[in-house]
Amino acid sequence: MTKKIKNLNLNFGPQHPAAHGVLRLILELDGEVVEKADPHIGLLHRGTEKLIENKTYMQAVPYFDRLDYVAPMNQEHAFALAIEKILDIDVPIRAQYIRVMFCEIGRILSHILNVTTQALDVGALTPSLWGFEERETLMTFYERASGSRLHANYFRAGGVHQDLPAGLENDIAKFCETFPKIINDLENLLTDNRIFKQRNVDIGLVTKDDALDYSFSGVMIRGSGVPWDLRKSQPYDCYDQLEFKIPVGKNGDCYDRYLCRIEEMKESVSIIKQCLSKMEKGPIKTFDNKISPPSKTEIKQSMEALIHHFKLFTEGYRVPKDEIYTAVEAPKGEFGVYLISDGSSKPYKCKIRAPGFSHLQSMDYLIKGHMLADVPAVLGSLDIVFGEVDR
Amino acid sequence: MNNLIDLEKKINSELTTKINKTSIKHNQIYVEIDKEDLIDVVLFIKTNKDTKFRQLIDITVVDYPEEIQRFKIVYLFLSHEFNHRIILSYFINENELISSLTSVFPSANWMEREVFDMYGVNFKDHPDLRRILTDYGFEGHPLRKDFPLTGNSEVRYSEEKKKVIKEPVKLEQNYRNFDYESPWEGTKYIKEVSETNDKKN
Repeated sequence: MTKKIKNLNLNFGPQHPAAHGVLRLILELDGEVVEKADPHIGLLHRGTEKLIENKTYMQAVPYFDRLDYVAPMNQEHAFALAIEKILDIDVPIRAQYIRVMFCEIGRILSHILNVTTQALDVGALTPSLWGFEERETLMTFYERASGSRLHANYFRAGGVHQDLPAGLENDIAKFCETFPKIINDLENLLTDNRIFKQRNVDIGLVTKDDALDYSFSGVMIRGSGVPWDLRKSQPYDCYDQLEFKIPVGKNGDCYDRYLCRIEEMKESVSIIKQCLSKMEKGPIKTFDNKISPPSKTEIKQSMEALIHHFKLFTEGYRVPKDEIYTAVEAPKGEFGVYLISDGSSKPYKCKIRAPGFSHLQSMDYLIKGHMLADVPAVLGSLDIVFGEVDR
Repeated sequence: MNNLIDLEKKINSELTTKINKTSIKHNQIYVEIDKEDLIDVVLFIKTNKDTKFRQLIDITVVDYPEEIQRFKIVYLFLSHEFNHRIILSYFINENELISSLTSVFPSANWMEREVFDMYGVNFKDHPDLRRILTDYGFEGHPLRKDFPLTGNSEVRYSEEKKKVIKEPVKLEQNYRNFDYESPWEGTKYIKEVSETNDKKN
């Protein structure tokens, strides 16, 4: 007698704590083994690119905060760089250090979230409690600089919106002294933890070639042993004046990616320290009042400044006709902006290249043949945030 | 190939008939090709030992509704080995079929689905051409320039029908798009920031 066995289809999400947002994953299971995974995305689609086409360049910046909402400033950075390259303007050195410093803070924010929630997915609660306390501190730094914990809207083409408030630099320096201890604590909990290793080592293996073919970037490609980091290979702003190392994995499994993230956090702390020591007083945005608004005192004294202010906040600045692709090393990988300007004050097209999009696409390849219980572990190590995947 | 000019020469000499135009701008190479040559050109730049564009970064479309050839298809590639970026592009008409890159780069799958979803460009030989970002049962292609910003339909839960229903968009106030563009050009120089300004008052 033969018994007919049918594969089971399982709907994972869209409301599932381990889906890291609104992911609907349709899994085809043979017993407990995953045969096929079909991610359905787009549940958080807000039409960011369409909205940007209808807003001036300055009004478009806040949309970038809402993409990968755990590291908002890194994405503003890509957009600001794209406009700066087309307009061919220089950014004052202090602004460059401020921007790089906040990008590294963003990287720590994102990596803490990812490392600790991935640990949560595989059964460890404590790391997330310890890690989130540090994220809170970092978000206060965001708040003190930009006025907002998450949706910063701080970077501008030609610099940053405002100078750092008094005392912030000291507090960030203090944080840099205390934070490495927290990383050590997290490592003590996880790195040699038997359960954590059982759940992550040799899970979600990516070979070098596949990492390239599947358009992986960031930790996903470095975990597989490709030493590639845009901060080193195509340095932007002042990254070429800073010293830092690029941690590279060996095996390309979830555990190596975890190790890479931990090491990257340590490097980020060192970058922030260097920024703080090299930062000198000075201008924080370009003097060109055709692009950056004049100061409040000037507006009250000069007619020309008032006109500039009015034109900047109604029409916005015009960007000459051009086409450019700029990418930055966001915590999750290569975040790019493909910008087409047509000489008006609104972008003709702005395509956002989100790293998570191509990472999530490979879900089927990564999870085939793994157990159902490995799905959250792999998903966690991909570092998916739906704000950027769905755009 | 260590510099872009050599790379441009190399591409031009190896693929003479297939390249329409090349240019270097912002440290990137822009190459215009014909629609038919896509697969050949991509295979060449991917496998040739002097180019090695091993990674497809993104595929996107630019919509020019006034042109006869309405869509410009854009492919971005990255070479890790030589640290170069290349941007391939070609123009197509509205209802033209184009070949899929999924056989060369598996990652093209979702990128092409997104292009199909957002612009309604169709691919031949694509294994799974479904909508990706928009809702199940969505109509229209949102990133086309003639698609309204507010969309065409809105959804709500209907108490009578006990399900989510779709209705035409009703807005209390239309999206206001003011024309701020002025012919005023202003000066070309940057005004010196004067220290004296503060002292006067």
